[in-house]
Amino acid sequence: MPEPKPPVVSMRGVSKSYGRSLAVDGLDLDVPAGQCFGLLGPNGAGKTTTLRMIYGAARPSAGTVAVFGRDVARHGRAVRAQLGVTLQDNVLIETATARENMEIFGRHYLLDAETIARRVGTLVEFLQLGAHADMIVRRLSGGFKRRLAVALSLMNMPELLILDEPTTGLDPNVRQGLWSRIRALRAAGTTVLITTHYMDEAERLCDRVVIMTRGRAIADDAPAALIAAHLAREAIEFDCDEAEGERFLAGLDDAVPHLRTGDRLMAFADDAGWLQEALRALDGGDRRPFVLRPANLEDVFLSLSGTRLDEEG
Amino acid sequence: MDVSPRHAWSVWRRNATLYRRTWKFNILPNFFEPVFYLTAIGIGVGAYISEIGGMRYIEFLTPGLLAVAAMHGASFEVTYNVYVRIHFEKAYDGMLTTPVGPDDILIGELLWSMTRSLFYGGGFFIVAALFGLVPFPGGLAALVVIPLAGLLFAAIGLAFTMRIPFIDLFSFYFTLFLTPLFLFSDVFFPIRERLPGAWLIVAEALPLLHPVRLARSAFLGEWGWVALWDVGYILAVSAVLLEFARRGVRKRMMS
Repeated sequence: MPEPKPPVVSMRGVSKSYGRSLAVDGLDLDVPAGQCFGLLGPNGAGKTTTLRMIYGAARPSAGTVAVFGRDVARHGRAVRAQLGVTLQDNVLIETATARENMEIFGRHYLLDAETIARRVGTLVEFLQLGAHADMIVRRLSGGFKRRLAVALSLMNMPELLILDEPTTGLDPNVRQGLWSRIRALRAAGTTVLITTHYMDEAERLCDRVVIMTRGRAIADDAPAALIAAHLAREAIEFDCDEAEGERFLAGLDDAVPHLRTGDRLMAFADDAGWLQEALRALDGGDRRPFVLRPANLEDVFLSLSGTRLDEEG
Repeated sequence: MDVSPRHAWSVWRRNATLYRRTWKFNILPNFFEPVFYLTAIGIGVGAYISEIGGMRYIEFLTPGLLAVAAMHGASFEVTYNVYVRIHFEKAYDGMLTTPVGPDDILIGELLWSMTRSLFYGGGFFIVAALFGLVPFPGGLAALVVIPLAGLLFAAIGLAFTMRIPFIDLFSFYFTLFLTPLFLFSDVFFPIRERLPGAWLIVAEALPLLHPVRLARSAFLGEWGWVALWDVGYILAVSAVLLEFARRGVRKRMMS
């Protein structure tokens, strides 16, 4: 058995307040080496503030942040030399070409001209920028701009790649493309830390997720383990009002975990086939549509917080 | 200050790379503007002035306008351009994800705006020389005044830009600060002969006065102790304002 590697990011008792509002509240977090780690939560949960403290753009009001085993407050420059960050909003020079953007970023990492030229070539290929590399950024589509933003954060071949909402607002095919690149990086040994409020993104990419709300971590595990621990593998979803819902649940032989959001009731079971049969029997002649689907992190979030991910944290 | 010269240099190079795209449009006005001033004011207005302090009016005017050119070169850069980089391009947010630190950004921007002041002031110097208004070789000493004026007005502008909440305040900076400086800092008339004695001490607070006086000393080849005070003022005020700007950057970018 190889020695387990120390965590790449280690946060202990970290809080961050802005005036009277507490953005992050006593957060403990370990990002294991070589994994894709997700910070999942609604807008305003404190995800971006957490990232900013990890790369040293924000100082914690309390607690410590260590990255690569070094205190970020004291060794920010050295830490940032080994990590890459793609910010939520693309930070690109619109009047320069994609290639020039990469060259300028490479120089911020103090790379020599030869290394920069080589890396630009590699990244143009890796992110399939092709002929777009020599276009003025202003003329690029949203998908190409996002890929360029990711390319910038890879100029130093980072050991830790931080992606803040990498696919928000992108077309489905562009999202798929970026996911495949993120998986490729992880397969090559890069530790990836992403924030997202898309549970499908977290489920597809992440080995482990922390669910955040109001600056706190309310769950921390592998996606499948979270689902198993809090709900069950499958869900039946259907419309009914509260009184009807009570009737349905009382009519079942066994109590099952369930959630309600508005007029929608969700009941969970590891193998929900019997549940669907039982509910349909209770439904009598109404023949309302029952949806059988895998349980997901959105359900876990709802069960933990009582709110949906797309609501404000 | 925690400055890494190589990281600050990468910030300077960023700006230089982008400037290279547009330099033709940026450089040319630098040459036209002094021609207009020297002909309209120097020759046009100057025709009605017999002499001033024993010299032709245009000769009095030229070193002052040299300092003004350096002031403007730095000022445009550290006001609108830096503001756009902070608030619209979010360029500093991007740089701060790399090993570049806030002090590197400040020093990189400072050096770049001094470079811009060299382009402006240098352009003026060349035009003035072509007009036959630069006494050689003594006038060459005035070239040192350009980066000094650039430093001073870059520091003043950065301190302002890093602290203001919205872009419209620059109109105050230009109309209520730079324009009166331009008009009342010994450039067009010797304030020593127009102000009562007590006010002369107050006038020493005007930043542009010092590079103007240094440039004129260089052109006249007459140096006095006051030159030491002028250089000291420029360095000290720049240092204080840069520290003020530095705290502004940290507050704005790193909270």
